[in-house]
Amino acid sequence: MAVFSLLLEMLFRFFFVGLFSVGGGLATLPFLTDMGEATGWFTSMDISNMIAISESTPGPLGINMATYIGYRVAADYGMGFGILGSVVATVGLVTPSVIVILIISRVLMKFRNSKIVEYAFYGLRAASVGLITAACLGVAKIAYYNSEMISETGNFFMAIDYKSIILSVLVFIGVTRFKKLHPILFIVIAAAAGIIFQM
Amino acid sequence: MKTLLEMFLIFARIGGFTFGGGYAMLPMLQREVVENKKWATQEELMDYYAIGQCTPGVIAVNTATFIGYKLKGIPGAIFATAGVVTPSVIIVGIIAMFISNFQDYEIVQHAFAGIRAAVVALIANSVIKLSKKSVVDIASFIIFLVVAVLSFTTDLSPIIFILAAGICGLVISIVKESYGGNKKTKEEKK
Repeated sequence: MAVFSLLLEMLFRFFFVGLFSVGGGLATLPFLTDMGEATGWFTSMDISNMIAISESTPGPLGINMATYIGYRVAADYGMGFGILGSVVATVGLVTPSVIVILIISRVLMKFRNSKIVEYAFYGLRAASVGLITAACLGVAKIAYYNSEMISETGNFFMAIDYKSIILSVLVFIGVTRFKKLHPILFIVIAAAAGIIFQM
Repeated sequence: MKTLLEMFLIFARIGGFTFGGGYAMLPMLQREVVENKKWATQEELMDYYAIGQCTPGVIAVNTATFIGYKLKGIPGAIFATAGVVTPSVIIVGIIAMFISNFQDYEIVQHAFAGIRAAVVALIANSVIKLSKKSVVDIASFIIFLVVAVLSFTTDLSPIIFILAAGICGLVISIVKESYGGNKKTKEEKK
């Protein structure tokens, strides 16, 4: 029975993380750290491992972390419970946002033609593009710039990853020239290029 | 039922090839949901992202819920959300089960260095497409620029930017209306 109360506790704890982490997957981090400290289910070392795995697997970061933690915590009782745990944690994390979005959708549909909503979205859309641009710059910084290298050598130019910049430029040319090609294709090609050219 | 299943599969495909979180999902959403299926417009997608950033939860899930609900009500919301989540649950589940040091494999690191470089280019392309619809005049360009710079250089929460931009949008639109809008409405009446 202990495993069921564990699963229930996991459901509730991830529900709260989902409810309060606003602004995407990385926003779940401080809540997860708290959860680890409160329950002893995982350490901050585990969390950094999870981030590494999440970053190199497809899908939203928050979901990946919930799945991973859910499995690891419940797998003590056997692999079947581990799988159940990963589903429970993920459902817990997702449920609050689904409920909130459903409510907002209803409200938006009612007030879609209101001028105030239209005016607010004029600003919101521009800000949204701004946030996405910043996120893109964040990925670019990680992809192009090796901060360990600069502390080793002190040479800024040594820390620049030229291969990545060239690959980005090629993908950008490809995606703007051949609009019919699917983004997935570029991701697969880039992964192969990364392996072949030892990026 | 057919649409629900189709929605599940398409969102699963999007979820299965999104590396690096909700923003990286944008190029895929534009292609599948806006351009191919026409389930939403670029503007609607932008609205969903804006709301998704200031509501709790993962942005990818929030966007899927929005589109699913718009098309097929609550069942649609559930199918789209389940679709976007399923591939990561399966893949991460397998990794958690069998591989304890997945990220230490050299081949994985090389592949992801390549993928990161591609993701930068794909998101940049998305930004260009979206900005045509969202950055329409000097005022919205200033909002865009300020948010992009501050969000990149500081740790401020996206909620602050979204709320401030909403208020700015409201004020700017009302000011514009009371200066230039009167003439326009008179002309439209004629």
